Amino acid sequence: MAVVAAVPRVEVQAAPRNLGDQVLRVVLRAAALTLVLLVLAMVVAMVHASWPAMRAFGWRFLVSSTWDPVAEQFGALPFVYGTLLSSLLALLIAVPLGIGAAIYLAELAPAWIRPPIAFLVELVAAVPSVIYGLWGIFVLAPLLRVWVQPVLGKTLGFLPLFQGPPYGIGMLAAGIILAIMVVPYITAVSREVLLAVPNTQREAALALGATRWETTRIAVLRYGRSGLVGAILLGLGRALGETMAVTMVIGNRPEVAISLFAPGYTMASVVANEFAEATSDLYLAALIEIGLLLFAVTVVVNALARLLVWSVGGPVKAIRE
Amino acid sequence: MKTAWIMALALLVTSAFAQPAATQTLINGAGATFPYPIYSKWFDEYTKVDPEVRFNYQSIGSGGGIKQVTARTVDFGATDGPMSDEQLKAAPSELLHIPTVLGAVVATYNLPNSPKLKFTGEVLADVFLGKITKWNDPKITALNAGVSLPDQPIVVVHRSDGSGTTYIFVDYLSKISSEWDKKVGRGTSVNWPVGLGGKGNEGVSGQVKNQPGALGYVELAYAVKNNLPVASVKNAADKFVTPSIASTTAAAAGAAKSMPDDFRVSLTNPPGDEAYPIASFTWLLVYRDQPNELKGRALAKFLWWMSHEGQKYADDLLYAPLPTPVVKQIEAKIKQITYQGKPLLAAR
Repeated sequence: MAVVAAVPRVEVQAAPRNLGDQVLRVVLRAAALTLVLLVLAMVVAMVHASWPAMRAFGWRFLVSSTWDPVAEQFGALPFVYGTLLSSLLALLIAVPLGIGAAIYLAELAPAWIRPPIAFLVELVAAVPSVIYGLWGIFVLAPLLRVWVQPVLGKTLGFLPLFQGPPYGIGMLAAGIILAIMVVPYITAVSREVLLAVPNTQREAALALGATRWETTRIAVLRYGRSGLVGAILLGLGRALGETMAVTMVIGNRPEVAISLFAPGYTMASVVANEFAEATSDLYLAALIEIGLLLFAVTVVVNALARLLVWSVGGPVKAIRE
Repeated sequence: MKTAWIMALALLVTSAFAQPAATQTLINGAGATFPYPIYSKWFDEYTKVDPEVRFNYQSIGSGGGIKQVTARTVDFGATDGPMSDEQLKAAPSELLHIPTVLGAVVATYNLPNSPKLKFTGEVLADVFLGKITKWNDPKITALNAGVSLPDQPIVVVHRSDGSGTTYIFVDYLSKISSEWDKKVGRGTSVNWPVGLGGKGNEGVSGQVKNQPGALGYVELAYAVKNNLPVASVKNAADKFVTPSIASTTAAAAGAAKSMPDDFRVSLTNPPGDEAYPIASFTWLLVYRDQPNELKGRALAKFLWWMSHEGQKYADDLLYAPLPTPVVKQIEAKIKQITYQGKPLLAAR
């Protein structure tokens, strides 16, 4: 079955004829270059500022779990682990929810219901993160402690993921808070992506006798795949970098714990928490190195995600089965 | 709509220029967050005393305050923990510590019916070291005869952000427990042996409120404002003292006799029957030799005012005022502030 091939991308490269075009070209190039320079400058500044810590700890910084500002021993492993695990948890919850909601809004929902829901989704995206954090402490954490964690512990307690005392506060709470914060982003962007899929795609699939679900799966989701990955990456970016809401519910304990009930810590949180009062040079350098590491982790995770998309068939390509 | 915006903008711009900029001295400061409420009250009230001087204070944290005053990007710094000898050496010229008010740190907890609890420093240290894990541990029940304590794990809650509050608390534990001193030590952030971290006083108290069996520490002012249950703590004179503004001032009075000349003193566990043992000064950092005569004189005058008239605002904002003997010592210190070797305050 061959479904419609995507519109081929034509490189439009008009030769600059007049002065206006040339000026525009220079200005736009400068704008693009500035962005690149900014990123480079950030990396250089962070490497420079974190040099004392790099010299003192070397690669040990990445594998050590000790974080002792008094003895000036610093290791980033618990923070890297906490950032990755909390973001992974968030995506596990938010991706099915966000893309599901987007499919409903773009494909299935009756027309009158779409604007209010879309409006509400965007409203949720605008709530400041400290509000989520407070809500997390006062509503979510007690809820988890009294209801969710005891039940999880009883039914799935044989898994090391669900063991230990139920504090409410901890990795699970952080993952759920992040998921709630990320869902509106994924939903809003995915919805736009799905709406941008040309109707000819759907018509062609339907004409070939596909059901509603088959049409959505083959003609719509596949077509918009790279856009959907973009939506997920946007959410992931927010989850990796989120500071305030996470620090309020994660328990801020620099430990690598398997259990989701245990408290943890993230890179963004420790920088926000300790930067203002970090007086010694080595301490400050270690915190900046954490910032650099967060930068690196974000780049690597994004690159891996893009690679994943390319490896399963490229962004937009003729789809044949 | 658009014109309204432009009008508002124009108004803003003209009013910014309309300030009598020529005669006003602007003094910049940065540092500790803990005393920020009273500092902003003082800076506001002081404009009535001397309309020529305006203060601009950024509460960026003690660490930032020390850094900025050392780099001379601000005219004065503020800190909750005294500067170390190395930090003082790194400064371009001699820095003075001027105590402004006192704060205290209290232990707060979540137990059924919020009973009044008593602690000793040793027991607090053992709990925060993870050696005492249950509320009905004999070491706790022995101090609290008549209170029925549940067979429940103690959930320790501490500050996750670097903070002077943490410094005061662990400074006290370090003085009381040699094990704490060796294993953990003192600092604005430490490597906590057990417990959950909460961001800010509100984060700690939020977790304590929502976690049955929790025990945490917060500033006295925060605990009083929010009606949190607080524990009395045994002081150096073997008396159990309830934390309050009076017992905090008493801590400074107790330490006044042995006050070092530079005021860099830890007030935790001081002598005195009435003294609450987990208390501390907060300081302003000013250069002894001021680089600018006008600003230097204004700053010295302000310091004099805040250590005298200014102290009456402390109570309302739940800070403990300086005890009289310490104010006398501060007077001598303020008179030492100079510009090119000449004292800035005439003899009073």
